[in-house]
Amino acid sequence: MTTIPIEAHGLVKRYGTLTAVDGISFAVQPQECFGVLGPNGAGKSTTIKMISCFSPVTSGSLSVGGYDVRTNPRAVKHLLGLVPQEDGLDEDLPVRKNLEVYARYYNLPKSVSGARIDEVLDLFQLTEKANAKINDLSGGMKRRLVIARALVHDPQILILDEPTTGLDPQARHLVWQKLRLLRSRGVTMLLTTHYMDEAAHLCDRLVIMHRGKILTEGKPLALIAEHAGEHVLELRMSVEERAGMLGELGNIEGIAIEEVEDIVYVFGGGDVSKRIAEQVGDPGRVFLRPGNLEDVFLRLTGRGLLD
Amino acid sequence: MSAWTATPDISIGAYRVWQRNRDVLLRLWKSELVAQLAEPIFVILALGLGLGQFVKLDNGQEYVSFLAPGLLAMFPMFACVFECAWGSYVRLEMQGTYRAVLATPVSIDDVITGEILWGTSRAMLNCAYILVIATILSPWLHMVHSPWAILVIPLAAIPGLLFSAISICFASIAKAMSQFSYFFNLIINPMFWFGGAFFPIDKLPGWAQVLAWFVPLAHVTSLYRGLLNGHIHGSMIIDVVWLMVATALFYWLALRGMRGRLTE
Repeated sequence: MTTIPIEAHGLVKRYGTLTAVDGISFAVQPQECFGVLGPNGAGKSTTIKMISCFSPVTSGSLSVGGYDVRTNPRAVKHLLGLVPQEDGLDEDLPVRKNLEVYARYYNLPKSVSGARIDEVLDLFQLTEKANAKINDLSGGMKRRLVIARALVHDPQILILDEPTTGLDPQARHLVWQKLRLLRSRGVTMLLTTHYMDEAAHLCDRLVIMHRGKILTEGKPLALIAEHAGEHVLELRMSVEERAGMLGELGNIEGIAIEEVEDIVYVFGGGDVSKRIAEQVGDPGRVFLRPGNLEDVFLRLTGRGLLD
Repeated sequence: MSAWTATPDISIGAYRVWQRNRDVLLRLWKSELVAQLAEPIFVILALGLGLGQFVKLDNGQEYVSFLAPGLLAMFPMFACVFECAWGSYVRLEMQGTYRAVLATPVSIDDVITGEILWGTSRAMLNCAYILVIATILSPWLHMVHSPWAILVIPLAAIPGLLFSAISICFASIAKAMSQFSYFFNLIINPMFWFGGAFFPIDKLPGWAQVLAWFVPLAHVTSLYRGLLNGHIHGSMIIDVVWLMVATALFYWLALRGMRGRLTE
């Protein structure tokens, strides 16, 4: 595919006076897994709704596989496989029939869809459940079925809106494993999540959104290096102890300190952080660990509750 | 191009939606269909044979004979309401199936048109079934008097489309399942009682006759009554035109309502 799978320029979505997406631009490259991270209300799902032609674009441009979502929604929807937040499985039909009916919406001939359905059922370990009722499936199985359903027409681009929210760890890891497999097969993916470990597991590149805007964009490791540093020092100490320590740290350049309730976070401390960790000694009160995406996320989007 | 004024965007997707409903019926026919088959027979026996003994009509017509066209109009109407008001609302809000379907190349207009065509199919099937029962019973209970009656089956498409569209309109504005009691009690039930099925509208006071002219079911009953009795007359054209105009209006309203409901 030579065209850019998904490309947005100055994309805006307003609901009345509320601006849900506020002029974002990004491009998803072929065969990459592109993550959209952000707290609740950041505009992630709204962006996905615009990409999947469910929600009309207020202004800006948005194209999928070269097709404008505004003028050619049917062509766009042919290219996409969508895994929405809500399963929306057809409870009146058993597992396999769900996929057969869905394949028919894409006008796939039976000869093609039959083999394809066998393949996705097998891939998502649902072959044994082919005749089961939807309501007899576990949450993890339903989720896998929704992803299988999104793949039934062999789409070039897979859109996943919080694919593992509400799943137990086993089910999440199974879903991740399958998504990595799909990525290795060359499926382009756009994924929203507020699980940082999910983004770290799956995404080649990501953006962090907040209040409708993109705050930063990059590869996960580069973002960690830039915003959190190699090591993060977490200190739990009394107010008195804290004052001395902060004074010492405050003189060092390139260090960022954040006080959150009873914890002090030190970013980019390098050797100083190591020395402090050894000095305090008590592993219950001091914790030196590698920086991660969650640090990046919290530093950029703040620690207040947003709901 | 606004979602409210756009011309209908219909493709083969509408047929796909119809097929989905057919597949569900073929799976569930034992529970859905068999029970429904018994009801018209009970009503014919209870009202026609039971109540009918005590009812004398001016023109000397047997009550069961008067009642038959009303049953052919009424039961299919309930089939439409069941499929397109209750059923659509469940798929729209409770099962979320519409949203899943809209992720495919199927458009909102396809979904709504497919649902309305399905409601119409159920109505025609239901109507054909009652006509067969009425014809079989006619040697004893005089319900079908003319071969013109066969036209009831194709014509049933028009009220089928109309009542399905009206039902979708309501589903598109309903905020909760409980609001359907308004639809049943204030729209469908009055139509059931005052739609000319149980007593002749032309014996009502003048003002009530004027009101009855605006009741869709009354036109269906009047049309079928002419066909079953073999009294073909010009006013039937008026009934057909009335129903077609109302169908176009409510189809347009159904598309508008659901586009608004399903577009965020």
